[in-house]
Amino acid sequence: MSTLPDDPSPPPPPPRPWRAWSAIAFLVLALGLAFAWVAGWIGPAGRLTAPRLVDDIENGKPFPGFRRAHSRGVCVAGYFEPGEEAATLSRARVFQQPRTPVDGRLSIGGGDPYGPEAQARVRSLALSLRTDDGQEWRMAMNSFPFFAVATPDGFHAQLLASRPDPASGKPDPAKMAAFLEQYPEAARFQAWAKSAPWSSSWANTEYNGVNAFRFIDAQGRSRFVRWSMQPQSAFEPLADTTRQQAEADYLQRELQDRLTRGPLRWDLVVTEAAAGDPVDDPSQPWPASRPRHVAGTLVLERSEPQATGTCRDVNYDPTVVPEGVALSDDPILAARAAAYSVSFNRRERETARGEIAKPAHAKGAEATR
Amino acid sequence: MNRHDHFDNFARALHWGMAVLILAMLFVGVGMVASLTLRPVLIDLHRPLGITLLVLAVIRLLHRWRHPPPPLPASLPRTQVLAAKASHVALYAAMLAMPLLGWAMLSAGGYPVRMTSSFALPPILPHDPALYSLLRQAHGWLGYALFALILLHMAAALHHAWVRRDGVFEAMARGRSRTTTAADPDPEAPPEA
Repeated sequence: MSTLPDDPSPPPPPPRPWRAWSAIAFLVLALGLAFAWVAGWIGPAGRLTAPRLVDDIENGKPFPGFRRAHSRGVCVAGYFEPGEEAATLSRARVFQQPRTPVDGRLSIGGGDPYGPEAQARVRSLALSLRTDDGQEWRMAMNSFPFFAVATPDGFHAQLLASRPDPASGKPDPAKMAAFLEQYPEAARFQAWAKSAPWSSSWANTEYNGVNAFRFIDAQGRSRFVRWSMQPQSAFEPLADTTRQQAEADYLQRELQDRLTRGPLRWDLVVTEAAAGDPVDDPSQPWPASRPRHVAGTLVLERSEPQATGTCRDVNYDPTVVPEGVALSDDPILAARAAAYSVSFNRRERETARGEIAKPAHAKGAEATR
Repeated sequence: MNRHDHFDNFARALHWGMAVLILAMLFVGVGMVASLTLRPVLIDLHRPLGITLLVLAVIRLLHRWRHPPPPLPASLPRTQVLAAKASHVALYAAMLAMPLLGWAMLSAGGYPVRMTSSFALPPILPHDPALYSLLRQAHGWLGYALFALILLHMAAALHHAWVRRDGVFEAMARGRSRTTTAADPDPEAPPEA
């Protein structure tokens, strides 16, 4: 039978309360330490976490209110239309609906939101496709055909090795050599950066998804794919002299110019992996013989400065995928999601507080956030 | 008068089930913010689990209202009674607020509030950087506060179990009466000779 809860006599204290107290203190401390370790507050020195990676990208000189990477760009908008073959590749709604509205962003590599556009080796295209069932697909593609390194640690090492030496203003060749020795896959990227032709416009640049994803079709079959946006605008070279002498907003003006004449188009080209192709290493391209399918057409009709455009407050996290598309185990893909989120949180906070980096010098930087 | 001295089976199942899930959520939460490799996996767990916990918290509150918990022993000092009541209010508030803040934060950040690969919840706030930034910070800080509260709650419960030995811990730990549990040997303190 139960005793009455209002029994007035307190229970006898334990003979050795310090043992009970130590056990309690030990449990609280153990849980607290485990929490701090998982949060990355304690642990081995140099453990790379998402906030630390973004700190090292900022290198003590962030541009408040802007993306920590690919800071300079413009918002774009238009639509996507699937091709005949698309629905057989994936059951994603994007491939069934006749037309899906698209918001996006064209940008250049680098962390300076006022840097000269024409001189950027890397250009990128980010997209958000929202279908009528409320699903969303975000993509973040780049002009390089493969990623420089296979892992987040490699990316971090590259970041540190390519920092300009304070004395010379250029990266230290010894550090770069040491990096290449440890991450030999980066040599392929460096060869690309040296030799790939420069195109004259964001419009005639190809943008590659680089990371592998899985497409799931109506029968539930899954296949590994990578995709690219191949421009329908003809390639035109960017002359070296133009590149060196162009105004900082060269690409934006050029894009605006083209858009006043008509919409810009890209083919969404989906490449299927064969068995044995690396699906967790974006630094390794797949052989050119792999089956390719044109899954649709991206049409961009308008652009807007990013200071006022929709794209400013969107995190183009490539792990936001709709039903019918799934992620691969590519570690760079996961790291992008982690780092983009840190960057987004920082810049949205700065934007909310009105802390927006101003250009260091006025030339070519007027209203081009 | 409703003189009972332990929580009923349903209340105990909710308490211990949610205890495990909430602790897991807090670890998943800080882990996915820090990790460069696990974020996609962890966030796919975090969102549906958060909404599950919101539903469970509502059920638990309704159940508590219909089936009031056993009273605290009269021997408990007034300050400790107040501390117990206040911490329980804070725990319930945090259990309800955390998932709502998460949902609101994703809405204000312009993110899809994805539950499964084919199902997403509708946004509950407009896409707005100031709102997002405020809610994102609130979700983080309340998470730390909830973790601290849980540690405090655990320490207090074990204080009842091992130091005071007044049956308060057993009321939630087991379905039996205090008379029975008082006879159980205490692992930390051997029975008096």
